[in-house]
Amino acid sequence: MRSFEYTSARSVDEALAGIGPDAKFLAGGTNLVDLMKGDVEKPARLVDISALPLTDIAATPAGGVRIGAMVRNSDCASHPLIRERYPLLSQALLAGASPQLRNMASTGGNLMQRTRCYYFYDTAFDRCNKRVPGSGCAALEGYNRIHAILGASNQCVATHPSDMAVALAALDAMVEVLGRSGARRIPATQFHRLPGDTPHLDTNIEPDELIVAVELPPNGFAQRSHYLKVRDRASYAFALVSVAAALEMDGNTVRTARIAMGGVAHKPWRAMEAESALVGRRLDAAAIERAADASVSGARPLHDNAFKVALAKRSVARALEVAGGAA
Amino acid sequence: MNGKGMIGDPLTRVDGPLKVMGRATYAAEFEVPGVAYGVMVRSTIPSGTIASIDSTVARRMPGVLLVMTHENAPRLPAKGRAAVKPPAGREMSLLQDAAVRYNGEPIAVVVAATLEQATDAAAHLDIRYRAADAVLDFDQAKKDPKPAKMLRGPAEKKWGDAQSALERADVKVDAVYTTPMEHHNPMEPHGTIAEWKGSELTLYDATQYVSGAKETVAKTLGIPPEKVRVVCPFVGGGFGCKGSAWSHVTLAAMAARKAGRPVKLVLERPQMYGPVGGRPQTEQHIVLGAMRDGRIVALRHEVLSHTSVFEDFTEPSTQPTRALYAWPNGDTVQKLAKMNVGTPTFQRAPGEATGTFAIESAIDELAYELGMDPLELRLRNHADVEPSSGKPWSSKKLRECYEDGARRFGWSRRSARPGSMRDGRWLVGWGVATATYPAHRMEAKAVAIMNADGTFTVRSGTQDLGTGTYTICSQIAAETLGVPVQKVRFELGDTRFPKAPVSGGSMTAASVGPAVRAACLALREKIDAGGKAPLQAEGSAKPPAEDEEKKTHAERSFGALFGEVRVDPELGILRVPRVVATYSVGRILNAKTAASQFQGGIVWGLGMALMEESILDRRTGRIVNANLAEYHVPVNADIGSIEVAWVDENDTGFNDIGARGIGEIGITGVAGMVANAVFHATGKRVRSLPITLDKLL
Repeated sequence: MRSFEYTSARSVDEALAGIGPDAKFLAGGTNLVDLMKGDVEKPARLVDISALPLTDIAATPAGGVRIGAMVRNSDCASHPLIRERYPLLSQALLAGASPQLRNMASTGGNLMQRTRCYYFYDTAFDRCNKRVPGSGCAALEGYNRIHAILGASNQCVATHPSDMAVALAALDAMVEVLGRSGARRIPATQFHRLPGDTPHLDTNIEPDELIVAVELPPNGFAQRSHYLKVRDRASYAFALVSVAAALEMDGNTVRTARIAMGGVAHKPWRAMEAESALVGRRLDAAAIERAADASVSGARPLHDNAFKVALAKRSVARALEVAGGAA
Repeated sequence: MNGKGMIGDPLTRVDGPLKVMGRATYAAEFEVPGVAYGVMVRSTIPSGTIASIDSTVARRMPGVLLVMTHENAPRLPAKGRAAVKPPAGREMSLLQDAAVRYNGEPIAVVVAATLEQATDAAAHLDIRYRAADAVLDFDQAKKDPKPAKMLRGPAEKKWGDAQSALERADVKVDAVYTTPMEHHNPMEPHGTIAEWKGSELTLYDATQYVSGAKETVAKTLGIPPEKVRVVCPFVGGGFGCKGSAWSHVTLAAMAARKAGRPVKLVLERPQMYGPVGGRPQTEQHIVLGAMRDGRIVALRHEVLSHTSVFEDFTEPSTQPTRALYAWPNGDTVQKLAKMNVGTPTFQRAPGEATGTFAIESAIDELAYELGMDPLELRLRNHADVEPSSGKPWSSKKLRECYEDGARRFGWSRRSARPGSMRDGRWLVGWGVATATYPAHRMEAKAVAIMNADGTFTVRSGTQDLGTGTYTICSQIAAETLGVPVQKVRFELGDTRFPKAPVSGGSMTAASVGPAVRAACLALREKIDAGGKAPLQAEGSAKPPAEDEEKKTHAERSFGALFGEVRVDPELGILRVPRVVATYSVGRILNAKTAASQFQGGIVWGLGMALMEESILDRRTGRIVNANLAEYHVPVNADIGSIEVAWVDENDTGFNDIGARGIGEIGITGVAGMVANAVFHATGKRVRSLPITLDKLL
């Protein structure tokens, strides 16, 4: 860890005024501080936003819910409004990290987690396009069991580690951000980026913008949704594959379907093609199979992660079965 | 308090309150006035030399007291190799030359007034290398196998005529089993505080061997051992990596002398992957030959394990197969594959844990070949004497273990065919394996003191790794002295106390226990003779023969393990909801700490079976998952019911307290049992640990 300056912001305006090129916002610190200890992130200044009054969870007039950016993951998961209206989000949050980390981690900070890759996290590896743009990708030909099968580039094959963000992508959440030039709303599905030729950018937020809230639109998924996380141990491990599945049904027929996957791409991966394959059909084994196949269309596995293609497919099928009440 | 605190009672650990209140002072927590903070800097290439280390920037940074590299480090006698005596006296990295032999090797120490300053400065060193070729692929290294040397027994051991017996055999199993590189990951990292007062050095060191650290550091620095004191009252887990005094211990002493300040040097978690050992990768070729009736007539076991390019350490996986079953013909051999990695070391039942995975899997394969119940096959091949030596056992009650474990588990309700047991979506599998661990003891000394206030103090320079040494030694002393355990205070972890052996090889209780007893008996004699407080007596105990060849009996513990796994056949998810184990380990000194030892060992075994693996990047020699986020050890959610028991036994042929050690036997056999249960559940034979879900898809 390098020496850095520390300031604590008492208001959103103060936080925005304090941010600059070499500065970073500090919320729960559960990822940023680790990265600083590993000398991966080297901010000259931290602006602590953990005291900002962004801690409310409230119903919106439209029938949705607005979650303040500083709401802790554990508080969000256990809030009655979230548990009643968005059990998928609650499940996803509780599948993430450990109780201690969830008590510290914030809603905004969870979205700002850096992607997962061994070669990014250890500066002893010379090559990482995320850390040192243009240096190459050590994971591409290295050990890549945990890496992406979808949407990767030859510049970066890292995966996004968040469970919460997978549920938010499925639920079509909007991320509210505030910058010195004003406020804007970014769809959760557009908040994170694919690596392309600029893998050093994980998100589409500007460095001087601050997440103030996440808004969930009203939907009819509460009765039929499921978050499935498959990992290397029973708890406290990142997903090898995770699936957020949500359904609205007319009798036995699917009216609306949402499928998002974690652990497979640089961002939460919405499987739109799989969703379309379900709409208007009976939720039977054949329809689930078609959707599962579609969810991994275009998958390009690496040397050590070919198993993820089958695992993702089967996980999508399982999550749909459970969400639909068939399992 | 429960029980009276006599030997065998389930006395709650006497150091428990200190630990839960945060008052147990671990090595790196001692408050030493004027202490400065050291940070170890490691190489980022696997082989070559350091071309230059530019510390111009670092040395000018705030608080920086010293940047110690190979250019300015004190020159040590014999280039720092005076104490080298593998496998315990390690080849270290003491900045005596510019060589780099593995990625992650210590190459500098930065000392500053605060840890933050030292860390920051360490990141500002500009290090240039001249890289050389490195061997980083096990498959490449094994093409040129090197002879091995084992700590106990020869690297090659044959009895009978395995070759011709194999030719006669009705049924054969011929398979290769592999286990990965692993690291110990105790909760407490390695850490040392070095403080010089004139020519006298005090080391507060997280160690499994205070007197070993003392001797190693004294010899390496070229100072008289009596000038060095090592203090370590508590250890936050060792698992083998703290059995040796590694580079950082001596480096802390060198830095403290050079900086003119006490120096605290605590390893960061990633620094625990390389410079302080780990379990070697193994490849084990097993051939079994059996007759139709289940009698195994021949065993062949060839083990290849990796070591570093600069020191030979052998993972003795053939050790258990030389003792486990009544095979009349055997052929066992160990070889080494040398690689540019940190030297591996003793980890959680070295040899026994890896060896039993292979042999217990092979026995299960043979049972299916024969169409015989795998428990029945083990009973038919029960070793009434040690097969490789023909020696009788000092005491062995393995048959009773099988019987007790099978009954408690409900083994008779198992249906034999793989995939035949289900619970809804889950495939259910039941597996069995034998556990085993050799009984070791070495010479130990203790002193017992009657204080003026009627209490007793007993001391030995041993260690408590969290295993219960404080507690069981208090119980042995109390019973021997005939006083309530509350009257006894046992002290350890200081080289000023009478010398005791390394707390490794599961031998602390079996070595120190008899010494405590001897000291207390001597004190009682003095008391009975009318002695008045303060009064003290010394005692020591040693085995009749430390050389294996001279022993009249084979000394080894055994156990029977039964377990249930559940496999989700579509997603490959594997759970182990239930383990039942019964052990034959001699006398149990404390029923509560013993149960904890067995259960903890089984948890290690589940980690080994399901998830533990250090991944070496084959291009750079760097371990890619060198942290607790990516190197998985079991969490509570991975652990189901673990029911342990033991048979009534008192092995007075081994020592006068009748107890063999129990620190490591728990891990043995577990991975084999899990693999066997997985086969029973799925019909898939996984011969390569860990059994991760991708191997079951």
